[in-house]
Amino acid sequence: MKLRIGAIADPGTSVVNLTGGWRTEIPRITPELCIRCFNCVIYCPESAVKYSDKEGIYFDYDYCKGCGICSNECSGHAIYMEMEEK
Amino acid sequence: MKNLFASGHRACGGCGMAIAIKLILEATGENVFVVSPTGCLEIVSSPYPETSWRVPWIHSLFENAASVASGIEAGLKALGRKDEGKVLAIGGDGGTADIGMGALSGMFERGHDVTYICYDNEAYMNTGVQRSSMTPIGASATTTPAGKVSYGEIHPKKDLVSIAVAHGLGYVASASVGYAADLMDKVKKAVDHDGPSFIHLHSSCCTGWRHPSSKTVEVMRLAVLTGLWPLYEVVDGEVVNVKRLAKRLPVEDYLKTQGRFSHLFKTDEGAEVIRQIQAMADANAEQYGLDLDIEE
Repeated sequence: MKLRIGAIADPGTSVVNLTGGWRTEIPRITPELCIRCFNCVIYCPESAVKYSDKEGIYFDYDYCKGCGICSNECSGHAIYMEMEEK
Repeated sequence: MKNLFASGHRACGGCGMAIAIKLILEATGENVFVVSPTGCLEIVSSPYPETSWRVPWIHSLFENAASVASGIEAGLKALGRKDEGKVLAIGGDGGTADIGMGALSGMFERGHDVTYICYDNEAYMNTGVQRSSMTPIGASATTTPAGKVSYGEIHPKKDLVSIAVAHGLGYVASASVGYAADLMDKVKKAVDHDGPSFIHLHSSCCTGWRHPSSKTVEVMRLAVLTGLWPLYEVVDGEVVNVKRLAKRLPVEDYLKTQGRFSHLFKTDEGAEVIRQIQAMADANAEQYGLDLDIEE
């Protein structure tokens, strides 16, 4: 690690820290119930809920801390939390 | 989403502040210089040698975020580089209302073109929930613990919006992370405003407020719906765009969601404090005209 004056770091380098290990409950989605309100995408503190036209709503389990906000805010009751066994 | 606040930051699961930063950067875009005082935001986003920021960001001291932001703005102006981006300072309630108050007042008074956003989680959460001048009446914090002789914090919150308005600012607003579109709209307006602007942002800390991490957004919405956190803008001294409520909820609906207020529901003294908090919500409703009269 090279030390620099004033502790400068390169942008977005925290992505090396995979926070998925913090999780005890894991979000799952029933795609048929999703009404594309995007509350989950808007309110995810980790930016771990993503959307693509092909896959619909999906989760980045590398970073999801399992807080459950996506499930709580889901208008279509499509997202539910499950106990994760590791 | 532009994703300018990278994943992998160390905020607790369900952190209101992390949602706030994500939404603020979504609204401003990448042409922005951000300054933060010490606080959760600094700690979770920048453990050396990593950083979660994908925009230029600087932290100096606890008390001087507003001064550093002033310096950046003055520097950009002197070098003729103001078109490169806006200056934004984002600090917690401790770094803004307590420790950084003098620097903030100076920044307002000198008229720097900086947008200051205070995310208010109502205590020093980073160091372990010590009370700040923004801790609401009745809340149990580690330095105002509720017990046999105390019902928790005894002082009401400082009115930061009025303090900012008193400096003659052109744009001041209160916002809540529970209302994302409203928050992003206010951030855009504040950044586009020429001269200093200020946003007081209610942001839940699930660890310090003691509610389940999944309820963060719900709890913040309840603060607005009970009248304890009115949403409004002050443009050139005039209160405008007040979010009005068709049916204002009793404050108990908000208080009972959080562990920091749970002691109020157990004693007669607590009931009296709840009546006091309800009176504050009623006063807000009166002051900002929150209640919408629907003819029956």
